[in-house]
Amino acid sequence: MCLGIPGKVEVIKGKEAVVDLGGVKRKVRLDLVEDLSQGDYVIVHAGFVIQKLTKEEAKDLLNAIEELGEAMNW
Amino acid sequence: MVTESFRDPSLSQLFLKKISELKPEGINLMEVCGTHTVNISRFGIRRVLPKGLRIVSGPGCPVCVTSDSDLFKSFQVLEKDVILSTFGDMIKVPLKRKTLLNLKAEGKDIRVVYSPFDTINFLNNNKEVVFFGVGFETTSPTVAALLDYVVEHNVRNFSIISSFKLIPPALKALLSSKDSKIDGLILPGHVSTIIGTKPYEFIVKDYGIPSVITGFEPVDILVSIYLLIRMIKSKKPLLVNAYPRSVRPEGNKKAQKLLYKYFEVSDASWRGFGYLRESGLKLKDSFSNYDAELKLGIKPENIDEPPGCRCADVVRGIITPPECPLYGKVCTPGNPIGPCMVSSEGACAAYYNYGG
Amino acid sequence: MEINLEHGAGGKLTHELFNSIFYKAFKNKILEKAGDKAILRFGSTRIAFTTDAFVMAPKKVSGCTIGKLSVTGTVNDLLTCGAIPMYLSASFIIEEGYPIANLSEIVRDMSETAKISGVSIVTGDTKVVERGKADGVYVITSGIGKVIKNSNVSGSNAEPGDVIVVSGPVGTHGTVVMLARGEFGLYSSVSSDCCPLNDLVIPLIKKYGKKIKVIRDPTRGGLATTLNEIAKESKVGMVVEESKIPVLEEVKSACEVLGIDFLSMANEGIMVFIVDAKIKEKFLKDLRNNPKGRLASVIGKVVSDKEKKVVLSTSVGGERILDMAKGLPLPRIC
Repeated sequence: MCLGIPGKVEVIKGKEAVVDLGGVKRKVRLDLVEDLSQGDYVIVHAGFVIQKLTKEEAKDLLNAIEELGEAMNW
Repeated sequence: MVTESFRDPSLSQLFLKKISELKPEGINLMEVCGTHTVNISRFGIRRVLPKGLRIVSGPGCPVCVTSDSDLFKSFQVLEKDVILSTFGDMIKVPLKRKTLLNLKAEGKDIRVVYSPFDTINFLNNNKEVVFFGVGFETTSPTVAALLDYVVEHNVRNFSIISSFKLIPPALKALLSSKDSKIDGLILPGHVSTIIGTKPYEFIVKDYGIPSVITGFEPVDILVSIYLLIRMIKSKKPLLVNAYPRSVRPEGNKKAQKLLYKYFEVSDASWRGFGYLRESGLKLKDSFSNYDAELKLGIKPENIDEPPGCRCADVVRGIITPPECPLYGKVCTPGNPIGPCMVSSEGACAAYYNYGG
Repeated sequence: MEINLEHGAGGKLTHELFNSIFYKAFKNKILEKAGDKAILRFGSTRIAFTTDAFVMAPKKVSGCTIGKLSVTGTVNDLLTCGAIPMYLSASFIIEEGYPIANLSEIVRDMSETAKISGVSIVTGDTKVVERGKADGVYVITSGIGKVIKNSNVSGSNAEPGDVIVVSGPVGTHGTVVMLARGEFGLYSSVSSDCCPLNDLVIPLIKKYGKKIKVIRDPTRGGLATTLNEIAKESKVGMVVEESKIPVLEEVKSACEVLGIDFLSMANEGIMVFIVDAKIKEKFLKDLRNNPKGRLASVIGKVVSDKEKKVVLSTSVGGERILDMAKGLPLPRIC
């Protein structure tokens, strides 16, 4: 229901920013987020930034699952 | 790119193996979101999961849940001299054997946009510009932001058909219907990015069904399926946020605030569920001058779905696409009867195109 | 029922239109063979004959204008018949008020591209229509060429065991044109791959002759449509490795953002070959020696399958069916 693409903020101008989406650039709206800065990773949906991405990698997700597994003694 | 590690083939292989080792035969999972439906098929995951594990599609594709009467409103506004701005998803949905694409071929001014905000390029003319507002909690705030711009620049010739939907009420209706046999829920990562984790807590509390808020890369999806099977097998249901890089417990407060500045919760008509209380959004009275139905004097008509079409049951996960009598025979991507076959997000199109 | 934009997108509806209207009316042995490319026999000489209309909008994108495209498209079509392109016709439908300067730039591109491809434009026509009745200018080119002696390529030649080779990255031209229209506000530095491939294809045909079973330029409808067309014509199945399909990062990202499959986007400067497995390594090496083929790759193989399916094994280790492009690539939110 919501195609969201990760991208990197290149330039911020008022309520808009230019984001690099894997080599393709797009002007996006910032109405839905605050205190974004250059170099942040974001999720873009329908031309809007809907969230700032934190730096988690796949290995962090796996560690979290391991901990959950121990807690649930799977 | 930041998602590379979540597309690592060796990790996907690892979790495919872990999933089959758990012998998930007889388990029914539901992926609620249309983008999950496509990605599970597009990444080829559906065809390599253990046969006995059944993953059905839920009410999370805006095209599939938009009722015919809501779709008809877009046809009705086009009887007047307007520009209809819409997402690409809606223009191939058939209604009495006609689609918006056909109306476009007949000369109606229909413009497909990637972002609601691109609609501002059509405003400087004397024709009324109507935006066809479909989608869930991820998309409705972007339309609220468009309205914010329109109000600020006191644009007169703009209005919205509000056919937005909310996910939690649909899940509640799904889980409380007696013929729902869902053992675990793959929850939509980007709706959750906006609404946070709280609105899902009732799923475990009231229904004891494990749920995982899931990202959209192959590793995200496979990890989520693995976690759900683990919880089902150990009979310990939890709500797990497996997409913390985008989903915070409180969600996106600013988006919620902007949305509910212009819209309020209302009853809504869904394909599949019919009339659901407090499951949609409508413009607040103070902004009713932007409501296309009122402004253009549109009288909603209720329209019954095409005979034999069981999209309603597909959307509620009661049947899988091949179990629909029309699937693959009368109803194909080339000649779609119901929306689940039209939308590339729809379960039937995903099954037919990417192989169920 | 009226014509809509989907009929022109090169996918299923285009094929249905061809079969239900045109083929039914013009039915003949030659047309039945492949439709947009004909092989005519004069004694022992085989002449390839093909035609194409070009309505590209915008008329100019980075790396390609409608002029360059109108010659390249027909030249590459002739090459897929195993023929040496020789003579072209060029007809123009021009809208009243279209600047002559733009027209001469298009014609200059056409003559330059013709020179590079070793063809001459020997005849043509010009019609002018009232303002508003056309989008600036449309170009229609037809071409003939002599089929190379030891070549025997056809869409129905593919056999189980053959390998599938693409000569370069897929989806580029279609994506560049889509972005250039500016409707979606996406910008990238990528240029169209549009270029005539005589110097890439002719030496291969002369060297490998009948070991090259099929040559196709995957234009409208992209690689997905072309592979399905061949599978139908040859009554075979195909297994393709997604990770082996070359694609530019920007093309993949642009299509991902819009929710479009780059395997359905048009190409104007690559070829798909189906060749005998025995020549696989040598053929690939020869392709890669030419700059136009440096990213060439073996992407899969032909298998027997009575359902004539093209199966894509995904880079994640999964599997999915790769179907013909269905229609207009449209951005979606879901």
